[in-house]
Amino acid sequence: MDTTLKTESLMDNGTTFFPQAVGPFAPSMDALFYFIFWGSVVLFIGITLLTIYFLVAYKRKREDQLATQQMTHNTALELAWTIPPTILVLIVFVWGFKGFLHMSVEPLGAQEIHVTGKKWFWEFAYPNGNKAIGELVVQVDTPVSLIMSSTDVIHSFFVPNFRIKRDVLPNRYTKLWFEADKVGNYQVFCTEYCGDGHSAMLGVIRVLSPEDYKAWLLEANSGDDLPLDKLGEKLYTAKACVTCHSVDGSPKVGPTWKALFGKKQSLVGGGSVVADENYLHESIVNPGAKVVAGFDNVMPTYAGSLSDREISALIAYIKTL
Amino acid sequence: MSQVSLNYLNAAKGLKSWFCTLDHKRIGIMYLICIAIAFGLGGFFALALRLELLSPKEILFTAKQYNQLFTLHGAVMVFLFIVPSIPASLGNFLLPLQLGAKDVAFPRLNLASWYIYVFGALFCVYSMVAGAVDTGWTFYTPYSIESATSVISMTLGAFILGFSSILTGINFIVTIHKMRAPGLTWFRLPLMVWALYATAIIQVLATPVLAITLLLLVLERTMGIGIFNPALGGDPVLFQHFFWFYSHPAVYIMILPAMGVMSELVTTFCRKNIFGYKMIAFSSLAIAIISFLVWGHHLFVSGQSDYAAMIFSLLTYLVAIPSAVKVFNWIATMYRGSIQIKAPFLYFLAFLFLFCIGGFTGVMLGALSLDVHLHDTYFVVAHFHYVMMGGTVMAFIGGLHYWWPKMFGRMYNETLALISWAFVMLGFNMVFFSQFILGSKGMPRRYYSYLDQFQPLHAFSTMGSWVLAVGFLLMAFYLIDSLLNGKKAPSNPWGAMTLEWQTQSPPLTENFLETPVVTEGPYDFGVEKQS
Repeated sequence: MDTTLKTESLMDNGTTFFPQAVGPFAPSMDALFYFIFWGSVVLFIGITLLTIYFLVAYKRKREDQLATQQMTHNTALELAWTIPPTILVLIVFVWGFKGFLHMSVEPLGAQEIHVTGKKWFWEFAYPNGNKAIGELVVQVDTPVSLIMSSTDVIHSFFVPNFRIKRDVLPNRYTKLWFEADKVGNYQVFCTEYCGDGHSAMLGVIRVLSPEDYKAWLLEANSGDDLPLDKLGEKLYTAKACVTCHSVDGSPKVGPTWKALFGKKQSLVGGGSVVADENYLHESIVNPGAKVVAGFDNVMPTYAGSLSDREISALIAYIKTL
Repeated sequence: MSQVSLNYLNAAKGLKSWFCTLDHKRIGIMYLICIAIAFGLGGFFALALRLELLSPKEILFTAKQYNQLFTLHGAVMVFLFIVPSIPASLGNFLLPLQLGAKDVAFPRLNLASWYIYVFGALFCVYSMVAGAVDTGWTFYTPYSIESATSVISMTLGAFILGFSSILTGINFIVTIHKMRAPGLTWFRLPLMVWALYATAIIQVLATPVLAITLLLLVLERTMGIGIFNPALGGDPVLFQHFFWFYSHPAVYIMILPAMGVMSELVTTFCRKNIFGYKMIAFSSLAIAIISFLVWGHHLFVSGQSDYAAMIFSLLTYLVAIPSAVKVFNWIATMYRGSIQIKAPFLYFLAFLFLFCIGGFTGVMLGALSLDVHLHDTYFVVAHFHYVMMGGTVMAFIGGLHYWWPKMFGRMYNETLALISWAFVMLGFNMVFFSQFILGSKGMPRRYYSYLDQFQPLHAFSTMGSWVLAVGFLLMAFYLIDSLLNGKKAPSNPWGAMTLEWQTQSPPLTENFLETPVVTEGPYDFGVEKQS
């Protein structure tokens, strides 16, 4: 994920309670929310005023004062406050169910993207085999279908602007679809608690205009001409290494990369290893093989997610730190 | 009357007379002390995690420590505080008194329940010290299978606490069936008793499912039985079904007794017969039964079938109606009453307003489409706290103030109670109303760090937690102070009609000098003579 990429503000845009609406689900959902909201406000004010009136009108003035009436039943009143609320919540139920079905039925011919949740990043696989971490690029007004699974624990894929969310499970595929109708960069969150890096498991959906999308397709896989260490620096954020590894010496979930190259590292279970090219390569494709003492074995493998050139680039970058 | 009358507190002296007591009142007090400690501990965790959330950057805790903090806050508040809060402390103290009985049906079992509670609590404390658990109080698999923290001791703690809950439930059910005073027919029972009865049914029926689930989790971690672990062919979502099959009814274990307290408060402080006695009594039972059929509303985005989601959503709305009806009944009860605004009644009002907000936002969360957006955000956190803290805790505190003179024979400082109530109300709404907006804007729950744009509301919420803390500290002060310096309480300071007020304050060990004979309903206050 490119951290320089700013996402649309959730707080500043949109309505009081909701972020800016993008895509087909928001209108019905937001309207339902405000329908319940204003209904609740009216009822709440009614209850409050009535209660205040009772408190004032029937305040006890003498110590031994009794009530002026003992009403224990009133069938008409009880029906009046049971039946209308029942009808109202049934309307809400049907409204919500229809919106939910809309989300469940994806349109034909949607572009399929495979999403993999790993501790702690999102990996997107395009139909042509290209993979990206933390950043999904799609064309505006194009239906996109996400086929999602996890390689470890349960995650949940949430895009507030699109009003979509679905758990991402380790033992089966779950699906989600959207059709962004506005160009912009939209925030992705993980909303199922998944451990230390949960709140850093972010992502961006970049919605591009048809022209920009074409340009992006042409320019994809650029970086071939970058020097290795510069490419590595770019990958450090783009491939979410930044979630767990610092470059300034501060400890995060994993060891820092600062002055890492050539350093002797003690390992979990005893022994030590010098952090040379071979060790760094091994730690990227098979992170559990030699875990540095003081850290947990939580990193997923990047085998298949990074090309050989990209792994070399990361090692070159680490050497510069 | 002598200067110091004999009562259950001074009838026997020494620690042994407490730890070996069979008196339901003393056991109730011992629960009250434990529950107050748990509330303080859970509140301390809450303050700590709110402090960390003052900024998206690290303040005091690392991500792992933060995750342990919110887990411990949830686990302590749910398992050690709120589930036993009203039934085990106030319920134990009151139930035999309200029934005109000498004690519960099985006094030894009652004491055993307390020891089991303490034993379970020790496991939870051990878990806090030995690598505090970081899974969230919900223990979702497969994270809870692989977490390196001490998951097993915390789940075993909750498992053991469950037995305390089951045994108390059985004790109460038998007591209500068998120990009612002569003339105390079912429809002359105080509504508190109906609420405890409905609660006890859920405790007995639902808690074993939690026990089985947690045991399976322990077996999964220790022996790899492959029920929940996907790597072994298990299904992690199955855990969620099992867990919520208990834990949804459990929120009614938490709220039903609170509703019972509400009925007692409104009748006494309005000197009114309750409006719709049978409606309230039966709606407690209806809620208890339907509550078993709505657990799937916690799983709308988990990949369960759309058909199942639809049924669960519909049933969720059905269970909402009896709760709404109760609120209307309480308000109608105030009509043409003789209303006295004292501390317990202030908490009645607090419950009324906060629970309404909790209920309205519950209607939003029950809608399938809206839940997709709101699920696992701060909106849910706020909703839950409006219902549990705005509802149950307010009623618990209201009940505590109401029965305090009966329990300890002392009056507390009414002015300080009013000030503390104002702090609690202000602080509570600052903490949690801001979280509704955070959540619907997209802020996910259980986040150690967050986008910078969320900071103003987070900071506001954190400042609210300090106001809330001041309110509770003040309350702790004047309640403890009342034990030492409080005015002596008369036997019936509020002029209530139910049986516990017809004996001395504090009551005798045997509760009543003679078994009372009941000839009228619990709220027959009568009307003002027309002059």
